[in-house]
Amino acid sequence: MADAPIVIDPAACKGCKKCITACPFDALYMQGKLAVLKPEECRACNACVKACPFKAITANVQDAPQSGGLKDFKGVWVFAEQHRGQVQEVAYELLSTGRRLANDRGCELAAVVLGHQVADSAAHLIAAGADKVYVVDQPELAEYEADVYTDALNQLIARHKPEVILAGATAIGRAFFAKVAVRARTGLTADCTALAIDKQTYLLHQTRPAFGGNIMATIMTPNHRPQMATVRPKVFKMSPPDSKRQGQTLLEALKLVAPSTRIVRSERNAASVNIAEAEVIVAGGRGLKKAENLEQLKRLAGLLGGVVGVSRACVDAGWITASHQVGQTGKTVCPKIYLAFGISGAIQHLEGMRAADTIIAVNSDPNAPIFGVADLGIVGDLFEIVPLLIDTLEGRQR
Amino acid sequence: MHIIVCVKQVPDTTNVRINPETNTLMREGVESIMNPFDEYALEEALRLKDAHGARVTVITMGPPQADVVLREAMARGADDGVLLTDRAFAGADTLATSYAIAQAIRKLTSRADLILFGKQAIDGDTAQVGPGVSEFLNCALVTYVKSICVEGDRFTVETQMDEGVDVIEGRLPAVMTVVKEAAVPRFASLSGWMAAKKAAIPRWGAQDVGAAPEACGLNGSPTKVVKIFAPPVKTGGTRMDGREEPSAAVEQILKLLHEKGVA
Repeated sequence: MADAPIVIDPAACKGCKKCITACPFDALYMQGKLAVLKPEECRACNACVKACPFKAITANVQDAPQSGGLKDFKGVWVFAEQHRGQVQEVAYELLSTGRRLANDRGCELAAVVLGHQVADSAAHLIAAGADKVYVVDQPELAEYEADVYTDALNQLIARHKPEVILAGATAIGRAFFAKVAVRARTGLTADCTALAIDKQTYLLHQTRPAFGGNIMATIMTPNHRPQMATVRPKVFKMSPPDSKRQGQTLLEALKLVAPSTRIVRSERNAASVNIAEAEVIVAGGRGLKKAENLEQLKRLAGLLGGVVGVSRACVDAGWITASHQVGQTGKTVCPKIYLAFGISGAIQHLEGMRAADTIIAVNSDPNAPIFGVADLGIVGDLFEIVPLLIDTLEGRQR
Repeated sequence: MHIIVCVKQVPDTTNVRINPETNTLMREGVESIMNPFDEYALEEALRLKDAHGARVTVITMGPPQADVVLREAMARGADDGVLLTDRAFAGADTLATSYAIAQAIRKLTSRADLILFGKQAIDGDTAQVGPGVSEFLNCALVTYVKSICVEGDRFTVETQMDEGVDVIEGRLPAVMTVVKEAAVPRFASLSGWMAAKKAAIPRWGAQDVGAAPEACGLNGSPTKVVKIFAPPVKTGGTRMDGREEPSAAVEQILKLLHEKGVA
């Protein structure tokens, strides 16, 4: 069992079972008075190593540090995703967190922009906290393509050796960042909800939900650089821009690979709403009972200047497209107001909306988990309450 | 055409709960299922097989009992399956997992035309292994695919982006990750189940696929989990019963909306 993630010393094990309760994955069991590992269940979290009072369990680490000194890697980078010259909000959210990390690490914060005719964005990124902005402004980067973007960012990493790189967990960020991490043979942690610099080791602590938000895990990349992480939009707050901030803009010229795919058409429906950006979300779930009842929520959303969100049940039932889905397999939202009608609040749903400033929930089941996160929880019939709300609001308009 | 679909056996997370006393996952009675997004990837592969004829191979990496998801895929119409299983793979993060799967694909065929994944797995939620495999195999990557058209060695796909749909062209071989806006997965037939139950499924370990031991499992994983804990519980605010007097409830809602400057 030399290749198992942990090693249990049978001579030192006293059969106290502390490791069994500490293991989050049921990967240990008792055989007589000895703890035994089920290697296929073990996720190498080392919870048992810490729990054992007799030091009978050791982590089987044979990790060889990356060639080239880790100390050569310096600075925190934020990948500033842009669409047609417009830097995405998530980049500013990451710069606000990146600023804190750079201060704690005592290093510079840089933003990286890949695109065509994007140099104007540098001033905004500096105002948002960047000390430096690396801009690659070339026609090949006008549209996102996985291979070209991967090549560009990897060349910049090889040239400037950042210690930490963050990107938004967007459709683009998630895809090419994973390629970049593999090419650099380093670690990447997806969908982090908290990032911090460890005060002793100066490593990046990356905390993320796992198993549908049922557990939180803190992850580090101790022996590889850069340390890479993605963060969903709206998870971190943006800080107000400071136009007086000074920074450097560095134009980088790169020779890039040819793209392997090409966009022939982009359909951007103006009417389609991005619920991740909405200030008010009127959300419905299984309690709506049928598709037609979503119309009422649309009316209410219209009156409140908001948009409609739904739980997964509504999408699976075919009532509405998945772009409206809030939750783990849908979107993470952070509106000022989240009104939940007939949503019981499965953990997967709560994961996507618990960051809302104010949550109002109406549900007929007094034990619905949604009430656990609601600022105002009303046990009641949504088919009475929604029409009354609509009537009152329409009455005011008249 | 040879299509490879990579699937994962996951716990049905809708049922996973934390034991509040011990802070551990309560797994009793939690079913293992095929990752729901992988079902859409498999369906796209089977549709291409229906239209053009193709060999569809399913691969999974996991414990020995993960062969169940391969049999389920074969019951629906996949031609064969490979189970990657080895203690050496335990504790693999997305880099080590991508490497192991890429090695298995290399052993399986010198020419895979299309390699499909679900957009992400519902237990890890990283969406990183598909892109990682494309990097190891050095072939094109298209993510968030909702429909696939193949003509000769060229493909045209629709992808679901954050703000709309893109139509993308390219040349095979390619790695694609599939979203649930794709076609509804088919059910397995009874005869399909009977055949799949009896099918021989090869089990490959790290040595079989020529994977370097230092690049597998925990040893090949740059990321280390240092702490696992239960998420903080939010306790909730004002509660009221609006069953007797809905109008009082509506008043409360409007009052709060007004305070927040919304109505």
